[in-house]
Amino acid sequence: MISRDEFRTIADNGIWKQNTSIVQILGLCPLLAVTTNAVNGIMLSLATIIVMALSNIAVASLRNFIPHEIRIPVFILIVAALVTVVDLLFNANLHELYLVLGIFIPLIVTNCIVLARVEAFAAKNPPLHSTFDGVFMGVGMLWTLGLLGAMRELLGSGTLLGGIDMVFPSIQPIQLLPESYPGFLLALLPPGAFILLGCLIAWKNWMDARAAEKAKRKPPVPAEVFGCN
Amino acid sequence: MTATPRTFSAPGMAARTAAILFVFVIIFTGLLSGAYQWTKPALEASAAEEKMKLVDEVLPRSEYDNKLLEDTVALPPSAELGLAEPSTLYIARHGGKPVALVFEAVAPDGYAGKIRLIIAVRSNSAVAGVRVTQHKETPGLGDYIEIKKDKNKQQPWITQFTGLSLAEVNAREWRVKKDGGRIDYHAGATVTPRAVAKAVLKAVQWANAQRETLYASQRKGVRP
Repeated sequence: MISRDEFRTIADNGIWKQNTSIVQILGLCPLLAVTTNAVNGIMLSLATIIVMALSNIAVASLRNFIPHEIRIPVFILIVAALVTVVDLLFNANLHELYLVLGIFIPLIVTNCIVLARVEAFAAKNPPLHSTFDGVFMGVGMLWTLGLLGAMRELLGSGTLLGGIDMVFPSIQPIQLLPESYPGFLLALLPPGAFILLGCLIAWKNWMDARAAEKAKRKPPVPAEVFGCN
Repeated sequence: MTATPRTFSAPGMAARTAAILFVFVIIFTGLLSGAYQWTKPALEASAAEEKMKLVDEVLPRSEYDNKLLEDTVALPPSAELGLAEPSTLYIARHGGKPVALVFEAVAPDGYAGKIRLIIAVRSNSAVAGVRVTQHKETPGLGDYIEIKKDKNKQQPWITQFTGLSLAEVNAREWRVKKDGGRIDYHAGATVTPRAVAKAVLKAVQWANAQRETLYASQRKGVRP
């Protein structure tokens, strides 16, 4: 079983301390390509949560049978097989959802987060812990990619939740900035994603630094050092 | 790994590792093929359903009673249809009598590359329906050829081809109004509708020329 403290550590690591996107800086390829709006980022993260939870369970359950020397090929085999099985099952049984999430599932194969968590956590921990690790790493990715997508979308085209009508046909995207907003192409291109990701990382480090200062009961660090947010 | 660490000779170790890897490959390949076999009927059904949805757009289901998706003719790449790759043509029949041909065509000269169409042409050579299945035309300008993007919901642009036939409208009139024809277009985007009109005309001419051969090839049971 899993103790409360262990659970909290896993959740804390996944969501904040070891956040895949802004601390481990993993899976940048899908991150740059997909987060042109918040909905895409969230959908990719949801698909990743499913795949990471499953691959972590599988590897953690089989970890005692996998010789150390060939662990990487075996991990790749397990992850690739699971992604394909998830893809097939989604397509066959949850076809409506598949039409929405489907294009993101094959993308996950190119996502090194899955392999990184399998290698760094599931290979050394019991299945239950590993499942939570997979889920919370995904949750960390979810809010980061959602936020990054929302920022890029707002700066780039002045809308929020663009593409939501593909998921829920009844909901319309929100036009936050006036219709006459000319758009800011850089935010929608990969370099814009890099710049905004840099801002997010700076913000996270600033939050951590401030928390550390507070812990030491010293005056907070001057904010003007980080001008982005 | 194991509770009692044994020492292996180098070849023994290699053989053992290889055997373990092999077992893993067998298990996960088995899992994959199991999942594939298990989901295959559902996947095929949903692929067929997607196709039928497309066909329903151009030809009402009430007009035919055969299993359209199984009544096919394989077409070689065809310059008249703008297709650089082989495609499949479907024959709709009612009570065994052929009523329409459903096939794909491509307008190669869109404003932004190729425009893929699905067309149904009745036996009397009238167009039963046309839909754009794929295009890269300018959003908000040329994309009204796609029924979903057309702001005119009562009479979307693409539906004006429905019912047209070469018996009523000759080839010279089968053009956008700007070129002296009868096809409407939206100001500001002429290249796109011109390309679609031309592709539909060519497709209808092709269907008229090939109809008897196509119907006959199927009756003889020549299956691709």
